Amino acid sequence: MKVYVLLLVILFSACKQEEVQKLDADPVVVIEKSNAKDIDLTVYNFNELEPLLNKKDGKVYVINFWATWCAPCVKELPYFETLNEEYKNINVDVVLVSLDFPKQYDTKLKPFITKHKLKSRIVVLNDVDSNTWIPKVDKDWTGAIPATIIYNNSKRTFYEKSFNLEELKLEVNKFIE
Amino acid sequence: MKKGIKLMLLTAIVFGVWSFTKAEEKGDNGYKVGDEVTDFRLENIDGRMVSMEDFNEAKGFIITFTCNTCPYAVAYEDRVEGLNKMYAKKGYPVIAIMPNNIEVKPGDNMGAMQERAKEKGFTFPYLMDEDQSVYPQFGATKTPHIYVVQKMNNGNIVKYIGAIDDNYQNADQVKNKYVEDAVNALLVGKEVDVTETKAIGCSIKV
Repeated sequence: MKVYVLLLVILFSACKQEEVQKLDADPVVVIEKSNAKDIDLTVYNFNELEPLLNKKDGKVYVINFWATWCAPCVKELPYFETLNEEYKNINVDVVLVSLDFPKQYDTKLKPFITKHKLKSRIVVLNDVDSNTWIPKVDKDWTGAIPATIIYNNSKRTFYEKSFNLEELKLEVNKFIE
Repeated sequence: MKKGIKLMLLTAIVFGVWSFTKAEEKGDNGYKVGDEVTDFRLENIDGRMVSMEDFNEAKGFIITFTCNTCPYAVAYEDRVEGLNKMYAKKGYPVIAIMPNNIEVKPGDNMGAMQERAKEKGFTFPYLMDEDQSVYPQFGATKTPHIYVVQKMNNGNIVKYIGAIDDNYQNADQVKNKYVEDAVNALLVGKEVDVTETKAIGCSIKV
């Protein structure tokens, strides 16, 4: 009987061990005004964005949905930037799709892009009818960000999660043919 | 005796694997429309513990996972208060639950919740999911994330999951008031037409 109870305890405790990724405290976003107003944002509604999610030109596309107010998004942005830098010569395109609110384009988003010297392509999605477009991005997306799509001509994977650099490269490498 | 132990071992393994699979399913998906909601007991901003069973008169609940720090949640604060004003007296009070880990989001701690509720004049309970055990049962992934629940003979049953309406930016330009439509239907004994919607929100901080 003792063995039985012990086994049950072990098995149950195993179930409880979830992989929980601890995030550090919010990175502080310092607003720096210089040059920010010169930035020309590309603002799309979903119909305009959609072709970018379905290209078949032999490239690998890494599409990351983020916003300046989303702490885990901001935390993983440098990894996407690194990916963009290191993989751009091997046919990998990184696109950062910002979901910042229109009233914060000038006060937050542009200064953020300047401050962090973002090099990846940035597109701003402004489409309030999220119930229509979220399922078109991926049927399993609940709408939480960060979220990322990686796709090429033949396959596509959707991730509703945060990445570290290692994981991100590992995933992207699966798409490089 | 040896045989007995072997049998027990086998049972334990089978049961263990089964319960593991069960836990996985629940953790990944949470409640679906039609599922019964297990009652919770969480601390309110006034220090009292709140459960659904405390609301004897209620016909159901508008359960809202929300927080202080997510801009989408903030954009909906006044509308959540509006829902409580409109529907508490009709039997569908709002119960707001703050699901974030406050070590990650100190701006969502109890003091900050109390302050925010006072500033905004919240008339609904604003509870803290302190050990973060309730939101995974629901399968909430973000703030705001709404569950409309109806009190029925067989328990509190989920009738709607998703967004409050279809325009987080501008309350005046809303075309579909999903939560209001759901509660209005339930109040007149009809089935909810749109039972699930999707909206952008801030991931719940673990």
